[in-house]
Amino acid sequence: MAATDVTSVSEIDELRSQKNIFQKFAELFRKQPLGAVGFAVVIAMIIMAIFANIISPYDPELNDFAAMLVAPGADYWLGTDQFGRDILSRLVYGARTALFVGFAASFVGASCGLVLGVMSAYFGGTFDLIFQRVMDVFMSFPLIIMALAIVSIFGPSTQNVIIAITIPFIPRCARVVRSNALAIREIPYVDAARALGFGHARIILRHMAPNVMAPFLIMLTSFVGQAILTEASLSYLGLGVQEPTPAWGLMLQGGAEEYIESEPWIAIFPGVAISMAVFGFNLFGDSVRDVLDPRLRTQ
Amino acid sequence: MAGEGGYVDEQAIKDCQHDLGMDRPKFVQFVDFITGFMVFDLGESMWTGKAITHELGLRFQLSLQIAIMATLVAVVIAIPLGTISAIRQDTWLDYAVRTFSIAGIAIPSFWLGIMIILGLLISTQAWFGEPWMPPIEYVSPLEDPVANLVQLIWPAVATGYRYSAVATRMTRSALLEVLREDYVRTAKAKGLIERIIINRHALKNSMLPVVTVIGIEFAFLMGGLVVTEQVFNLNGVGKLFVESVQNHDYTMTQALVMLVALVFVVTNFVVDLFYAMLDPRIRYS
Repeated sequence: MAATDVTSVSEIDELRSQKNIFQKFAELFRKQPLGAVGFAVVIAMIIMAIFANIISPYDPELNDFAAMLVAPGADYWLGTDQFGRDILSRLVYGARTALFVGFAASFVGASCGLVLGVMSAYFGGTFDLIFQRVMDVFMSFPLIIMALAIVSIFGPSTQNVIIAITIPFIPRCARVVRSNALAIREIPYVDAARALGFGHARIILRHMAPNVMAPFLIMLTSFVGQAILTEASLSYLGLGVQEPTPAWGLMLQGGAEEYIESEPWIAIFPGVAISMAVFGFNLFGDSVRDVLDPRLRTQ
Repeated sequence: MAGEGGYVDEQAIKDCQHDLGMDRPKFVQFVDFITGFMVFDLGESMWTGKAITHELGLRFQLSLQIAIMATLVAVVIAIPLGTISAIRQDTWLDYAVRTFSIAGIAIPSFWLGIMIILGLLISTQAWFGEPWMPPIEYVSPLEDPVANLVQLIWPAVATGYRYSAVATRMTRSALLEVLREDYVRTAKAKGLIERIIINRHALKNSMLPVVTVIGIEFAFLMGGLVVTEQVFNLNGVGKLFVESVQNHDYTMTQALVMLVALVFVVTNFVVDLFYAMLDPRIRYS
């Protein structure tokens, strides 16, 4: 009797594991329809970024002075800008810049935040107190102000934009991770690890960090949208990605306002691209949060 | 300091450092800066050479006005929408409001500003026969309140929409929580009409987190102003910040960063005071 029970349980397990990845996705999307929309946008953007050279009809940096300010049509689907560059091609390549900056800044920022947050919770005491106050200082500036201040020190370039967006992300992630790690610290296996004589680094990285993956992933996904938006803002102000690199914010600088009356397409399409991308990442991030940690729901 | 490829005399650099007080020990410079900050002596701009407080004074009124107007726009949008969304939870109305507010976070305010200008140009062209754009010259509200409002309402809307998105979500979630409380059920049980339950019982009690969000976001409005002032070409504190970064005007950047922090601290303090007003159970001794 008992033996049949065991086999039936293991059979169920087997059936469960046979559920393929598509079914799992289908299930997830049924529960999170908005997240599915967001995920679709994210995937579309990634495909656009990877295959930019195949998808885009023209060279994004090619100036065709015979075709300046051409309205959207058969030759140029989304028109051209004041330097005769195809807007569609620049949008497609712009996805590359946006995703590169977005992923790099979010990943580095969230990872540093993860380690620092767990460290702060693990050591506790004076270290925690001082560290949290330092984080408070960083948190009292809006993202864009902090990024601008950092750009003013390093100067504008793609690499510096990533640094400028990464630094303000660190305290935001560290704060959330710390509050989760505080509970982890009290669980006996941390004491056990300490009793076994493991070093601090090993306990923090191998024992505690994997257990705060949920808040880490939540922060990571929510950062990408913010990073893309901040990069666009910085580039728009002329303090981010520099010409001639195609970047969405940069495409709105200069020409967009000047030609708004007669050639509105220059201003419309890059903004739509930014909004769609951020919208997609935010929806996706919200769903990730709902799935991983429903307690953090705000809506 | 001379930039790439430039040649500057060694002595000139030393003279310049001496003029700026940079040859003194770092600690002395820091104490000097902090004591100056205490009495609002922020030093001189490295770009214009005028006192920073003077430069700020010219622009502060404009930015403060937009900030206040944007807050009003945000509150006017957020509280009714958040309330509707909470009362009609999981209906198409709720989804519409939520999409509207998520879009507010996704749409960059500078692009929204450009689109507002475009919309104004197209609609005025269609209705009045000639395109109209908000004037660029700043008019004080004391001189000509109408002209002032006509000029500044657009940047306020562009900044306020984004601001309202966060507040709408907060209003919705706070209200949803309160609507599940026992006293709301009691109010329903004794036969009060829904409007009174919402206005008198639920809304008042759900305002605490909303006020916090509005307060925190007010401190962060400066971030929004940095880009919107650029779009509408308004000579405010946000534009000054961007220009100071572009011009490598370090003293100005430093002073403005400190100013943002100061605004943050002051708004947090004011929000704390508001708590006691909204919730009599909280008393500061």
